[in-house]
Amino acid sequence: MPSVVGSVALALAFLTAIFATVAALLGSRGERRWVDASRRAVYVLCALVTLCVVVLEVAFAGDDFGFEVVQQHSSIDTPPFYKLTAMWSSQEGSLLLWAWILSIAASAALYSTRHKLREVVPYATATMAAVAAFFTGLLLFGKGVDPFATLSPAPADGVGLNPLLRHPSMMIHPPMLYSGYVAFTVPFAFAVGALAARRLDAEWIRSTRRFALIAWAFLGLGLLLGARWSYTELGWGGYWAWDPVENAALMPWLTGTAFLHSIMVQEKRGMLRVWNVSLIVATFSLALLGTFLVRSGVLESIHAFGDSTVGPYILGLIATVLLGSTALIVSRLDDLRSPRRIDSLASREAVFLVNNLLLVALCATIFWGTFFPLISELFTGEKASLAAPWFDQYTTPIGILLVLFTGVGPLLAWRRISWESARRVFLAPLAVAAATATGLALFTDAADSPLALALFAFAAFALTGLAQEFWRGAAARRALAGGSLPAALLAVTSRNRRRYGGYVVHVGIAVLLIGIAASSSFQAKRDLTLRPGESAVVDGRTIVYERPTVETSSEALSFGAVLAVERDGERETTLRPSRRYFRPGGAEAGTISSYFEGEATSEVGLEAGGTSDLWASAAPGIAGVRRRARQADENFRACVGGDPGTPPQCEALSRLMRGAAANPGLRPVALAQIENLQSITAERLARGYLSDDAPATFRVIVDPLVTWIWIGGLIALTGVLIAVWPARRARRAPGRGGELEALKEAKYREIRDAELDHAAGKLSDEDYAILDAELRREAVEILDRERV
Amino acid sequence: MVALGVAVLLAVALVYTSFSASTEALKPSQLLSAAPGTSADLTGRVVKGSVQRRGDSLRFRVADRDDVSKSIPVTYAGTVPDPFRGGREIVLTGTVDDGLFVGERDTLVTKCPSKFSSSNA
Repeated sequence: MPSVVGSVALALAFLTAIFATVAALLGSRGERRWVDASRRAVYVLCALVTLCVVVLEVAFAGDDFGFEVVQQHSSIDTPPFYKLTAMWSSQEGSLLLWAWILSIAASAALYSTRHKLREVVPYATATMAAVAAFFTGLLLFGKGVDPFATLSPAPADGVGLNPLLRHPSMMIHPPMLYSGYVAFTVPFAFAVGALAARRLDAEWIRSTRRFALIAWAFLGLGLLLGARWSYTELGWGGYWAWDPVENAALMPWLTGTAFLHSIMVQEKRGMLRVWNVSLIVATFSLALLGTFLVRSGVLESIHAFGDSTVGPYILGLIATVLLGSTALIVSRLDDLRSPRRIDSLASREAVFLVNNLLLVALCATIFWGTFFPLISELFTGEKASLAAPWFDQYTTPIGILLVLFTGVGPLLAWRRISWESARRVFLAPLAVAAATATGLALFTDAADSPLALALFAFAAFALTGLAQEFWRGAAARRALAGGSLPAALLAVTSRNRRRYGGYVVHVGIAVLLIGIAASSSFQAKRDLTLRPGESAVVDGRTIVYERPTVETSSEALSFGAVLAVERDGERETTLRPSRRYFRPGGAEAGTISSYFEGEATSEVGLEAGGTSDLWASAAPGIAGVRRRARQADENFRACVGGDPGTPPQCEALSRLMRGAAANPGLRPVALAQIENLQSITAERLARGYLSDDAPATFRVIVDPLVTWIWIGGLIALTGVLIAVWPARRARRAPGRGGELEALKEAKYREIRDAELDHAAGKLSDEDYAILDAELRREAVEILDRERV
Repeated sequence: MVALGVAVLLAVALVYTSFSASTEALKPSQLLSAAPGTSADLTGRVVKGSVQRRGDSLRFRVADRDDVSKSIPVTYAGTVPDPFRGGREIVLTGTVDDGLFVGERDTLVTKCPSKFSSSNA
């Protein structure tokens, strides 16, 4: 019955999305009635898709195995948290998640622009509703992706979730990535609207900037969680492998980063309009491509995704988006032309352009490498792939240059910087960068890797420049309003959230890149095979294999080790890596041996620290345990068969088995009895490992500064929060003249920005006087328009 | 203009280096008839029950994904990813030597039995 509710809600959602598209297009001719109807239809769509999600989640929570998707991805034993998140481990569930997030984002975007952008909104609504119609339609008509398919009669239990994926970050990672992918739909739709309506000023950007920033942050967080999972849960000790699926999420993040910078140039200077619409089209297409890669199987990836039927449809959508947008951009080229040109190469906009080109070049490189197997198959007939070193040789230098420009950008003023001002703002960062490079080269072995040394120097440059920005901003504020330094810092940040939030993001990214450079260039890694009591030296530390450990639970048998880490004769820490063998279920069960041949996962022993992480994984030598398991299986067979010479207890068991063979009603009892016996035997055999004196193979890694990758990510996230937090003034209910109000706000912010730049020494007195006069004149023009 | 020039240079470099740096992905059936010394990325499915540990190294057979009858023996030493076991799909870089595929250290990649694949994969 609930499945019927779900199916009906889904069908209605599809029809509502179609209606919203049509109504919005009718409204684009100027009839407000239709525009209002289409907006309300999107709200209804959101409610309907939410209902679908609720129905499915209730089924997951209540173990309703009458739902095929619940039976396939959950089970009675699945812990509650994983039951609720198992939805997106299925194909249909994740497509539903796409549609759900889209309907929420679209509703939020339309609500926030309900009094603005009258000409643009109808087309934007139509675009978002059409994408929603695509995904709900896919769920409705696609083969094998009906989330409400039922099984009759309902099975007693489900298949359950793969043990490797039972990790909290693995459950949060997919919805984060999806939220990122999906939220880019909003700026894309408004770009399409702006093009269609020929409203190509910066208003569509101002209205959707927050969505772009939030999308970017979600995507980044998704990437970070995936990396973290790989580092702590997979037994190889790395966090990034240039795998196609990783690349698929990184590419839209890179073009999204470029977009977030270049839209500022359009807001401030009215330039780069073609570039901006092209970037958002590229970003949205890459987001769709990411979804497609995960859903198809065209590339060899460690993520072996099932060949599915929805791939071709998504490819069709990407083609439509690319062709349609390109046609639209080409037909509007005349309107997109900017009246202005870049004044000087030493200006913020010029640096933004360079950083944009670098980001796009980085993305293009990754794109080529990711799709190389298909390209090579096309030209040579053979599928050939590119490994991490190929990626590194391009991404490392481009990444280092990006850090440099990340440092330079915030130091420059818009339009141009005078020689005098340049000297003032560049002096301290350059000095610190030079000192850092010299210090590192003299006192550490950083010089062994010139590229890493360059990155450290550039990062020092960028961080000093940012610190100087905060310092000068706060000093200017104090000169104006007095108060303590922290209070001034807080005030200047909260009054200029966008600027200082952005700076905080830059700090985070610089810290993150320092972590990546250090951990990838100066990592010490050794594989050791040790018996209990033996020890080995890794990077100046002595690793002692103190003793083996065994843990048994109803889920898994776990073989581990206690490793003592000693430095200069003193115990530094203890690592406890282990390997868990999950008990098999269903057809794979049946013998005691099968307990040791099932799915296995590494539990990494990790001692995270500010300067370096100590990381260890273990591959226990359980050959002895397995041999005894095989022996036990034979004994068991003999026992059940009632062979001569078996102990007396066997007789009862063998009687039970014979009874079960004759009487099917007894079978469940007999099977439970045997399972119980096997389980007890397996646990006893596992404990035998403690006295085996068996060798185990350990991988021990000393990874410098790796913790700073996660810390940098968190700092960047904080910066995004600062930047998107609504300013107090904007929270006032917007009146009818919302758009003009926004324009006024933006102009005021520009005036404040110029003031700050002047106070921070980036603008010379002369340049500031000219700029300020110009901005004030423009502000007066807006005020005049308001009075009319 | 400058940007365009740099873009063209990057494109040429990408094309050139990628074709020379890539390794071919070959199936066991293709490797069986390959000349000794051929290096390749072996892709295929680990034959169930064929995995044996010999000291530090592993010996197993890898078969074509769609044809279990065509398989090649493999020797490999190095890190073994968690999901590795009989029946799983792998990618391994190495060379053919006298009918035996010798894997390079630490190049074994096992495909995730992903959430997105069917549960019995």
